[in-house]
Amino acid sequence: MSAPSLPALPDVSLRTSRAARGLPSWLRFVAPVVVGAVIVLAWILVVDVLKIAPRMLPSPIAIGAELVLRAGIIWDDTVITATNSLVGLLAGTIVAIVLAGLAAAWRPVDGMLAPLVAAIAVVPIVALTPILNTMFGASSQFGRQAVAAIAAFIPVFLNVLRGLRQTRPVHRDLLRASGATGFQTFRVLTLPSALPYLLTGLRIASSLAVISALVAEYFGGPSDGIGTAIATYAKSGRAALAWAYVAGGIAIGLVFFLVTSLLERLATRRTPV
Amino acid sequence: MTPTDETRGATAPAPAVRARGVGKTFAATGGEVLALTGVDLEVAAGEFVSLIGPSGCGKSTLLRLVADLDQASAGELEVFGKTPQKARVDQDYGIAFQQAGLLPWRTVAGNISLPLELHRMGRAERDERVAQLAGLVGLSEFVDRYPDQLSGGMQQRVAIARALAENPRLLLMDEPFGALDEMTREYLQSELARIASETGAAVVFVTHSIPEAVYLSDRVVVMSPRPGRITDVIETGFGEERPEGLRESEAYFAKVTAVREALHGSPVERANER
Ligand SMILES: Nc1ncnc2c1ncn2[C@@H]1O[C@H](COP(=O)(O)OP(=O)(O)O)[C@@H](O)[C@H]1O
Ligand SMILES: [Mg+2]
Repeated sequence: MSAPSLPALPDVSLRTSRAARGLPSWLRFVAPVVVGAVIVLAWILVVDVLKIAPRMLPSPIAIGAELVLRAGIIWDDTVITATNSLVGLLAGTIVAIVLAGLAAAWRPVDGMLAPLVAAIAVVPIVALTPILNTMFGASSQFGRQAVAAIAAFIPVFLNVLRGLRQTRPVHRDLLRASGATGFQTFRVLTLPSALPYLLTGLRIASSLAVISALVAEYFGGPSDGIGTAIATYAKSGRAALAWAYVAGGIAIGLVFFLVTSLLERLATRRTPV
Repeated sequence: MTPTDETRGATAPAPAVRARGVGKTFAATGGEVLALTGVDLEVAAGEFVSLIGPSGCGKSTLLRLVADLDQASAGELEVFGKTPQKARVDQDYGIAFQQAGLLPWRTVAGNISLPLELHRMGRAERDERVAQLAGLVGLSEFVDRYPDQLSGGMQQRVAIARALAENPRLLLMDEPFGALDEMTREYLQSELARIASETGAAVVFVTHSIPEAVYLSDRVVVMSPRPGRITDVIETGFGEERPEGLRESEAYFAKVTAVREALHGSPVERANER
């Protein structure tokens, strides 16, 4: 190509985006690891060397020992809480997508749902857990999953509804000019336009689902799961074990966040032109 | 393309566009806007016609009526002897706008092949056609790029290739080079002149630029606003070819002057432009 109109754009854009982040990539990775190590060392210093820590703050070494010793049971409880979070996240997401689709297609549905969603968004959902547990039986995980689902529903619904309204006039004109059917327009334009919004909603919802499922365990239900264990061992003074369970909770949150963040990044790779 | 062949076989081929007394009013807040009135225009098959005029004189509106993106409120409008709606469904025209309007999540090839996919062309045939179109607009090496990796001029070339995908007999273009720098613009004008003569398609080309209209067109249609209407039609008479020297020729300058005078004809319009 000898056209004068072809500047080497891709290189330029790569360079600016790298510069915009400011730090070299190895430092962005190493920096938080160093911060974490410093905190753990300071923690060991305060608890084990200086011995000035309060009773509920055990040494990281003691926590690590409990984590290894009770790995089996901690893993089982982690799986229970993670499953509740995942079931809630999926159920909430599916319901949110369907309802957002209906609201985007029919204005009256939007009018009906908007105040309802606003109401749900301001109610502290986990506070409903005792009621749900009573309704569905104290031995069922359903109450916890329902709480996670409701918490996940809100951000997914709001983002998908917004995403479904992001098609640009020039694209709509183009598809009409191409004689596309309504379904084809939905498939090649509306849906792909909404996808990044869905995944942003999903990322926000994933953290909310994990937090809700875990906190819901403090409000009763079956005697398993990370939250139940943390509450039990904190009350009975086994601080190191309680903290070992906290590590399990962090692991769940981290996995959910990383997976959904990765999905979101894949979907938002292409900036609009 | 069967309906095409039927029409071609007829003794008097239908013109690409025939407008008689076409008008368009938009319902707007605080009354109606008369965007277009009494438009009579015939664009022959294979002819290159530019619409030029100040902002708001209804150029885009006229193009959108032809494309069946809006409906005329008065008069008769035919595209190859059919209603605009039938012509749109039959894919008799291809269209390009000032914004390239590429789908950012599709590659260059994916964008060019979009109309072909919508009309269920087979995979192999489609790939072949896309390669051919990419070559036509000089983007063969860029088919796997995404739109955000292309310059504005390259994006616009993708849009033109996409408009040509179905081999339309009519190309509708609304200021396609309006957002480009002068160098790219002149380069793409030459490319478009070549493509138009190679494909034999009629072109209705909206522009703000007098030199652009003169260089490209067989006829320049001059419009004026409030209400939007056609005030003058100027034939360039340059013939098929657009040789390098045309932009510097006497004949070219004479036509530029003629169009400029037609545009600035009435003192009212001059006041509007200030
Ligand atoms: N959808 C619309 N609703 C109301 N008024 C419109 C609409 N589209 C265009 N107009 C009006 O019609 C007139 C002609 O617009 P347009 O065809 O876009 O002009 P041009 O392309 O020549 O600049 C303008 O006064 C514009 O405000
Ligand atoms: Mg316009």
